[in-house]
Amino acid sequence: MTHAARPLIVLLLTVLTLLSALPAAANPALRAVIADNLDQIERPSRTTVGPLIDQIAATGPEGTALLAAWADRSLGLTDDRRLLIVDGDVMTDAATGAPVSGADPDMLRPNSGVRGLIESALVASQISDPDAAMRAQALDSIARAGTADHLKALRNAPPDPDPALQARRDRLQTLLTIQHDPDPASRIAAIQALSGDVGLDFRAALNPLLVTRRIAATDQPGDANIARELTPGGDLLSRDAAYDLLKAQDLAQPRLTPAAQRDSLAAHIADGKVGGVPVATLGDPAARDRAYDALEAAGTVTPAATESEAQAAIDAHRYFEVYAEPDSDVTDAARAAQRNAQLRLSAMKGIDLGLDALSLASIYFLAAIGLAITFGVMRVINMAHGEFIMMGAYTGYVTQTLIADRTLSLIVALPLAFAVTFAAGVVLYRLVIRHLAHRPLETLLATFGVSIALQQIAKNVFGTQARPLTSPAWLEGAITVNDVISISTIRVAIFVLALLFLGLFLFIMKRTRLGLEVRAVTQNPGMAASMGINPDRIAMMTFGLGSGIAGIAGVAIGLFAKVTSELGQDYIVQSFMTVVVGGVGNIWGTLAGAGLIGVLSKVIESFNPSNTLAAQTFMILFIVIFIQFRPRGIIPQRGRAAEA
Amino acid sequence: MQRKPFILQNPSTLIVLAGLAVFTVAVTALSQAYGTGALPTSMVKVLGKTLCLALAAVAMDLVWGYLGILSLGQMAFFALGGYMIGQWLMYARTEAIVAASMANNAIPPTPLELQEGVANQIFGVVGSADLPLVWSFAHSLPLQMLLVLAVPGLLALVFGWLAFRSRVNGVYLSILTQAMTLALALWLFQNDSGFRGNNGLSGLQNIPGLDTVSQARLSVWFLWASAVALGLGYLLAAWVVSGKFGSVIRAIRDDETRVRFLGYPVEGFKLVVFTLAAMITAIAGALYYPQAGIINPAELAPIASIYLAVWVAIGGRGRLYGAVIGAVVVSLLSSWFTGGRAPDLSLPFYTIKWVDWWLVALGLSFVLVTLFAPRGIAGLFDWLGRAVSPRRQGRDLGPDHGALQEQEAKA
Repeated sequence: MTHAARPLIVLLLTVLTLLSALPAAANPALRAVIADNLDQIERPSRTTVGPLIDQIAATGPEGTALLAAWADRSLGLTDDRRLLIVDGDVMTDAATGAPVSGADPDMLRPNSGVRGLIESALVASQISDPDAAMRAQALDSIARAGTADHLKALRNAPPDPDPALQARRDRLQTLLTIQHDPDPASRIAAIQALSGDVGLDFRAALNPLLVTRRIAATDQPGDANIARELTPGGDLLSRDAAYDLLKAQDLAQPRLTPAAQRDSLAAHIADGKVGGVPVATLGDPAARDRAYDALEAAGTVTPAATESEAQAAIDAHRYFEVYAEPDSDVTDAARAAQRNAQLRLSAMKGIDLGLDALSLASIYFLAAIGLAITFGVMRVINMAHGEFIMMGAYTGYVTQTLIADRTLSLIVALPLAFAVTFAAGVVLYRLVIRHLAHRPLETLLATFGVSIALQQIAKNVFGTQARPLTSPAWLEGAITVNDVISISTIRVAIFVLALLFLGLFLFIMKRTRLGLEVRAVTQNPGMAASMGINPDRIAMMTFGLGSGIAGIAGVAIGLFAKVTSELGQDYIVQSFMTVVVGGVGNIWGTLAGAGLIGVLSKVIESFNPSNTLAAQTFMILFIVIFIQFRPRGIIPQRGRAAEA
Repeated sequence: MQRKPFILQNPSTLIVLAGLAVFTVAVTALSQAYGTGALPTSMVKVLGKTLCLALAAVAMDLVWGYLGILSLGQMAFFALGGYMIGQWLMYARTEAIVAASMANNAIPPTPLELQEGVANQIFGVVGSADLPLVWSFAHSLPLQMLLVLAVPGLLALVFGWLAFRSRVNGVYLSILTQAMTLALALWLFQNDSGFRGNNGLSGLQNIPGLDTVSQARLSVWFLWASAVALGLGYLLAAWVVSGKFGSVIRAIRDDETRVRFLGYPVEGFKLVVFTLAAMITAIAGALYYPQAGIINPAELAPIASIYLAVWVAIGGRGRLYGAVIGAVVVSLLSSWFTGGRAPDLSLPFYTIKWVDWWLVALGLSFVLVTLFAPRGIAGLFDWLGRAVSPRRQGRDLGPDHGALQEQEAKA
């Protein structure tokens, strides 16, 4: 029995131990077979045992149990010629299924060839089992650890009545053919049949075929299946690695490292000199070499390859990557299939990346939309915008501590956060921003003052540690398409929320009186005022609206990020970038900006997933350069309002 | 027409320099190393650092108060200056330590071994043992001092050229400078950027070669150096903003388009002032961080640059002495309040701990200053100046206060 087949046997044994607890029905057919062939069971021969195994397997579950025990070396023969299945301390009679005690059987130890035959017979009987669950189990265990015997059994088994199981079996058979079929042509056919598949099992089946090792030789080895030749000093093989390869194949002496040289010199100091060179001068590498040469000449240290010898040895050899698989046609086909799989895999990764980027973009959009409104209408940068986001998140947290039901608390928290930050925005407008009209830089600084005050107040009230804002159960988990593509539900929810707000914003701007007045004030405040619109009230309303949306964004962000007093700060710079890149005063500009920044940061991140800091750095650099070409954003404001 | 000497044109410069000199002498006289010892060494360091911050504020005022660019990236230049000098401080000190420990070895070390030992010592903390390329000049004090000026200057030049060329203005420019600072901070935060990631450079208070000098003395020396730098920087800034050049940059602040139509190369003027301010800020940083002892990327947080703007705004924009006053007053107040030395304020219903509430007070006072006293503390001096009625001679020749029409009429 191969080591890998053990789980299958153990599984079978467990099932059968359970069965044997029931009153055992005697199996006369099995008893007859055993009685006729006991000698061969005791000393089986690989060449002749086949028919016997088939006979036993044909007798039913008891026969299968016997085979399983036989293959697992847990079948024993007593002195009175009875076969016992031994499972730990429990012994049962193989023919009758009755428990036996007090016996001391000799364990049978069939050789590996016989056990291979038994196993494939077992699998064959199992995959033609009438119980579908049993067949599925058999396929599972073969998929975990398939062997050449399994392949044979699969090929000989009758077709499965269940089409789904049959499909699985076909796939398994193809995979096993790739790994274990002795005939290269059928292996290649199997590889090509699955070519382009991105399943993990197929990629796992290909990998062992493409395993390579490196060899160094003076000339090209004729018999080996060479993947490629390597040039020492190239990207794939550094000169040091090449030398290590030579050393490993005993083609070169160990090199003398500076540390080894220093140590052996230090070991041979005599009268303040080493090999005639004064110790004080040994700070010079040349002097060290002289001293070592002297020691070498005196025979006190072992000769070692000097740098030039090592380099010469490296250049005197050629280096090859050799496939472990000898047949080059198979490796070619495997490589083509792998390339194909990788191509489709990267396409799928691209889709996954796109989903990630989309969700990031919707977060940025939510965070920036309020900022864009206030900036577009009033030319005012609200540095406290991030703190409004933070306020929204804390509102969500407080609501959750008051209302235990997560879904209900979320439903309450969203409008509540809007109300709280709307009020805060209106207060900020009435008290500060109104008095700083037409002084954008002063507004920036004043709102910054508000921002530090709010942040510190949040710190004093809620403490510095992160507060949890737990999403309801239906928002947890992820939507998974396949091995590669998946997206967490919460991000989908945020995307939907962003879409909702886009719709709401468009509705307010294009279909309501308020929107009409806002657009009028944006385009020409003076003319709007003379038409009876109160620009001050409009500005206040817009500011409140923008802040309110920030609050809702805060709840959304709080659901997947930690709620701290610095929450807003983490998003404020990105929000600014979104507005600046998109262009002010235009919701589509904000959308485009958020999309660009979202996609860009994900794409840059995918080049080096471990280093998100570098990704952010490059993204900001990109934006700085982008501003060079479109100083007014992707969708610039036109007309009279642009010059204001 | 005879031009008045520079000092007479700017009497405030003389007052500031005199005040600075008096301050320096007084601190020296009260220090532990050279005087009565009334001021502890840590306090001398705080004062020395404050002078550096004041110098940075002067540069900020040059950019914001006179040129009209609210740069939120000044701390990037400040920290870069600190990093550049920190490289030498750290390298030279580590080299001395490594050389001392290697001297015990049986065989004297080769230069390569010495360098490897130093690199191991400095970069072991970020899991690297090679000296990054950016440390190529770290062994040499003069080269690093040159880099203190060159690196921030070059950054400001390139960034400014890109930004001014595409006519990025107002809040856009502010946000862009903030983004630049953030990008630099994020880059420095990486372990493989070569500046030890978020560990930053440390042990900078120990000056290589001056091991025998006590910190008490060193702190006074640095105070002197900071005072000299502030004095020279102030003079330079005052000289730049006086005369015709100063008039042009103020004109750019007030109406850039008009100045451009008058034929002035607006971008060139902006670039010169921006780069000069960056270099002054870098010198301030290079003097600040040896007194602070440690520098890490957190120093570049966008908020730090905004504090600088806060100081200048509270002190009074468009007046160099305002920047100095603002930086000194606010940063000293800050360290007093956040240091836990300020007494708690007991209200009937709540006790205000200043450690917690100082930032709130600062933020709100900042709003109040912006709303009600846009000229800051320096506005107070203006108000005092107006109390004495000006000696008017001749007629009012034109609508603009700054016009030289009267003198031109005489000539």
